[in-house]
Amino acid sequence: MKILVPVKRVLDYNVKPRVKADGTGVDLANVKMSMNPFDEIAVEEAIRLKEKGAATEIVAVSVGPAKAQETLRTALAMGADRAIHVQTDDEVEPLAVAKILKAIADEETPGLVILGKQAIDDDSNQTGQMLAALLNWGQGTFASKVEVDGSSVNVTREVDGGLETVKLSTPAIVTTDLRLNEPRYATLPNIMKAKSKPLAAKTPGDYGVDTAPRLTITNVVEPAKRSAGIKVGSVDELIAKIKETGVIA
Amino acid sequence: MSVALVLVEHEGGAIKDATLSAVTAASQLGEVHALVAGQGVGAVADAAAKIAGVTKVHVADDAAYGHNLAENVAPVAAAIVKDHCDYLVAPATTTGKNIAPRVAALLDVMQVSDILSVEGPDTFTRPIYAGNAIATVKSSDAKKVLTVRGTAFAKAPAEGGSGSVEAWSGGGDAGLSSFVGAEIAASERPELTSAKIIVSGGRALGSSEEFHRLIDPLADRLGAGVGASRAAVDAGYAPNDYQVGQTGKIVAPELYVAIGISGAIQHLAGMKDSKTIVAINKDEDAPIFQVADIGLVGDLFKLVPELTEKL
Ligand SMILES: Cc1cc2nc3c(=O)[nH]c(=O)nc-3n(C[C@H](O)[C@H](O)[C@H](O)COP(=O)(O)OP(=O)(O)OC[C@H]3O[C@@H](n4cnc5c(N)ncnc54)[C@H](O)[C@@H]3O)c2cc1C
Ligand SMILES: Nc1ncnc2c1ncn2[C@@H]1O[C@H](COP(=O)(O)O)[C@@H](O)[C@H]1O
Repeated sequence: MKILVPVKRVLDYNVKPRVKADGTGVDLANVKMSMNPFDEIAVEEAIRLKEKGAATEIVAVSVGPAKAQETLRTALAMGADRAIHVQTDDEVEPLAVAKILKAIADEETPGLVILGKQAIDDDSNQTGQMLAALLNWGQGTFASKVEVDGSSVNVTREVDGGLETVKLSTPAIVTTDLRLNEPRYATLPNIMKAKSKPLAAKTPGDYGVDTAPRLTITNVVEPAKRSAGIKVGSVDELIAKIKETGVIA
Repeated sequence: MSVALVLVEHEGGAIKDATLSAVTAASQLGEVHALVAGQGVGAVADAAAKIAGVTKVHVADDAAYGHNLAENVAPVAAAIVKDHCDYLVAPATTTGKNIAPRVAALLDVMQVSDILSVEGPDTFTRPIYAGNAIATVKSSDAKKVLTVRGTAFAKAPAEGGSGSVEAWSGGGDAGLSSFVGAEIAASERPELTSAKIIVSGGRALGSSEEFHRLIDPLADRLGAGVGASRAAVDAGYAPNDYQVGQTGKIVAPELYVAIGISGAIQHLAGMKDSKTIVAINKDEDAPIFQVADIGLVGDLFKLVPELTEKL
């Protein structure tokens, strides 16, 4: 079974986003960019499935600018076998990403596509579900456990009330949640090895996908700032202050 | 007039509060219809018809919809929207987030996730980058699919409406997925997303035993829901459904008490709209104090028992 893993290059999660003064977006010039954390978890899960013998090949895919290749190299250094870079300088929305991924899935016929549940820049949480719809496959979103069993996969999902398990026939879509695994770091020898792993260069046009946006961002602002309050010196003072708010009597 | 279809989330025969917030958002867009999908959901449909503002309820009652499987429910929602509605509006809960994008793709539209406000028939605001930026987004799709952040919209009154109820048939089991089981924690405590007061614990608690020994009695005293940081959940001190933050639950109670939580942006994303924030942390420079209304610097193992006792 082949596993397809879409990975997105995003602002590193440790960097505090700065809104540009002209209201056009968040400043991405000269800031650290990394693989979306949920996608690292997706790559890790694919590697573990391969190590267990449940998967034979891992193909990482990224849609984005030239620099997205760095993210793909990271996936290769972690353990992916080859990569597909769909190069574009445009912002590609989840629906268009899903359409590109559908075309790739049609070509590659993977048994699983493992995506992150959410890209931490747009916070959309859509691409995996959309891809599942376009392929007419089952979807195990927000996964904290994935068990492949022959022609089906059991996915334990993190839901609002706790956990839920669904059984999907393969091929299927999985999206990762934080507790699925702890991604490994790429070792130096593997980083070196990754440089010679195959990386195919494509464009959205190669897949016949129109990436024209459906949504226009007309303005981006900082949220209303909360001002820091006061510090109290004791539990008694704390209780008195809480009581002043009227929430407790 | 435009019609907005609200995806009704229900559990054990009761409609969840998040649905009522979605109804409020939908009522700013046009006439409100509701979709109740499930098994044996006649009573839920009747309850949905009573929500103020709802004029029609579509009921899809079939075993295939019993566990909210997106593969089975999404085609129902897509079919109804296609024929009768201009919008699909779903609560931004794990159920809504699972189903709505699947509907959007079936309709070939881009979803607008987690909206904070309705600015016009095609314009919405939504948080990006863990709420560090608020984007105004205009959709050019003919039909629109939205998920709604519950804390950003008041709850529509559960009584007062008199919508009609109409059975929907078709669809059924797509044969792609089945429900195996669930571990849903039954708790006496208020649900996080609707709790008036929340007490949250972080990595500093150190173990599951200490988490429960210190946080639970304080929450009991306050009649509060219990939350946690990701670090506390990852370490197994608290279950996953306690996680507050960018990728967990978004809460905005009247009082949020953060105990031994540093205040990473991903955590703040989930709670910084709380009315009053209290923080207890031994590090006076912890970022949580930048958003806290009332801060107390010190050792939680000493301060929390004292606080619980004196309340
Ligand atoms: C993709 C991604 C998504 C994430 N999503 C979320 C999310 O949804 N929610 C979330 O919470 N996090 C999330 N995180 C994690 C986030 O970045 C932080 O790692 C996490 O919030 C830290 O948890 P913490 O504050 O409990 O732990 P720490 O940062 O370790 O803070 C512990 C605090 O306790 C204080 N302390 C220690 N001992 C004591 C004591 N005895 N008395 C008093 N205070 C004490 C310390 O001073 C410190 O401030 C996410 C991260 C990533 C990468
Ligand atoms: N440009 C992209 N290239 C590759 N994968 C992507 C891209 N955008 C989104 N994804 C995948 O879809 C997941 C969810 O993204 P989103 O729907 O944008 O929150 C991510 O975690 C990735 O796995």
